[in-house]
Amino acid sequence: MVEINFNHRKPTDVIALRRVDELKSIQIDTEKSQITIGAGLPYQQMEHGEIALHLPALAQAARTVGSPQIRSAGTIGGNLGTCSPAGDALPVLSALDATVNLQSAEASRSVSVHDFMVGVKRNARLPGEIIVSTTLPIVSGWQGYAKVGVRNAMVISVASCCLVVDRINGTIAVALGAVGPTIIRCRETESWLASQVDLKTKTTISPNLLQEFGTRIANESKPIDDHRSTAAYRRHAVCVLARRLLTRANSQ
Amino acid sequence: MNPNSEIYNLRVNGKTHEIRDSWVGESLLFVLRERLNLPGTKGACEQGECGSCTVIMDGQAVCSCLVMAATAIESEIQTVENLSDGDSLTDVQDAFVTEGGVQCGFCTPGLVVAIEHLLSQNPDPSEIEIKEAISGNICRCTGYGRIFEAVDKAVSVRKAKTA
Repeated sequence: MVEINFNHRKPTDVIALRRVDELKSIQIDTEKSQITIGAGLPYQQMEHGEIALHLPALAQAARTVGSPQIRSAGTIGGNLGTCSPAGDALPVLSALDATVNLQSAEASRSVSVHDFMVGVKRNARLPGEIIVSTTLPIVSGWQGYAKVGVRNAMVISVASCCLVVDRINGTIAVALGAVGPTIIRCRETESWLASQVDLKTKTTISPNLLQEFGTRIANESKPIDDHRSTAAYRRHAVCVLARRLLTRANSQ
Repeated sequence: MNPNSEIYNLRVNGKTHEIRDSWVGESLLFVLRERLNLPGTKGACEQGECGSCTVIMDGQAVCSCLVMAATAIESEIQTVENLSDGDSLTDVQDAFVTEGGVQCGFCTPGLVVAIEHLLSQNPDPSEIEIKEAISGNICRCTGYGRIFEAVDKAVSVRKAKTA
């Protein structure tokens, strides 16, 4: 709508999906331990309730979106469609290895979020397809999201980070937002940390290990200088955010 | 008639309005102001940042500049014009006047709508809840001190009324 307000687009035909209730559903599959969230569910409805219970990192990300007015309009479908590296929900989707469910008149298909996000504001959606929903696993272990912006409300992220600990499998996932052309998964640091500590239980992370974790995360980021921040500050920010989240994961 | 024009109905302030000869890309803000003659809702940033175009849509505070008007059919829309009965001020509006929460006044309609929405959901909000509720409304003149004082006053007036 902003692009239309600013005359960047002049649509002559619009298919409005706002009143399609199926796109606003939350389906919890306890057998498969996964949740499917309709692409049109507003962020406001992820801040509390079932999603906050099962996907606390997503609830935290939802609470950082814009303002109450924006959260009653904004959706994961919108974040995925725009595919900005600063989209608040996207690091959570990446850290949880979410699946994006697409539908066209002819067929439906599911794509890993890693394959869906192609580049800056570019995704793998084909002409004629709509984003129907996203499927996320319910993971046993701590998860959290943190974001840096110039103030608390109404900011586009300067840098963001989602960290998910899988206590059953003893793995960790870290995804970074706004520090690369698309969301960055820090796979090298993830497997390095898993080789250093037993992630199946809460462990004390030594200050040296924490420091190295942050440095490795920062090294995996690919930030740029732009009007919102500098590459150097963003690299520093993701280092701090990741360390902070890892500390929280082992203290709560 | 323009071949690309649309005809649809909107429910605004309890009445059904037929919108004729409009372009499908028009925002709800534009339709309210330019087609329905309801200029109380203000337009400034056109990108959801300033909150001066806040209206209530199906019980939610939304930025009307971000709603495509044609998609708002079947929704109940309430604008700042409909908060009072026309002759008197609401407790929130009155508190803005008496506490000096208005300077240039451009952001005021959006703030009043956002606060009315907050108090309808939460009659006794905490300081942080008030800050959160108006975090999407930008006031560059009074700052926020007097606006918070106005909210506090409206809360206590409303509480005294219902006690």
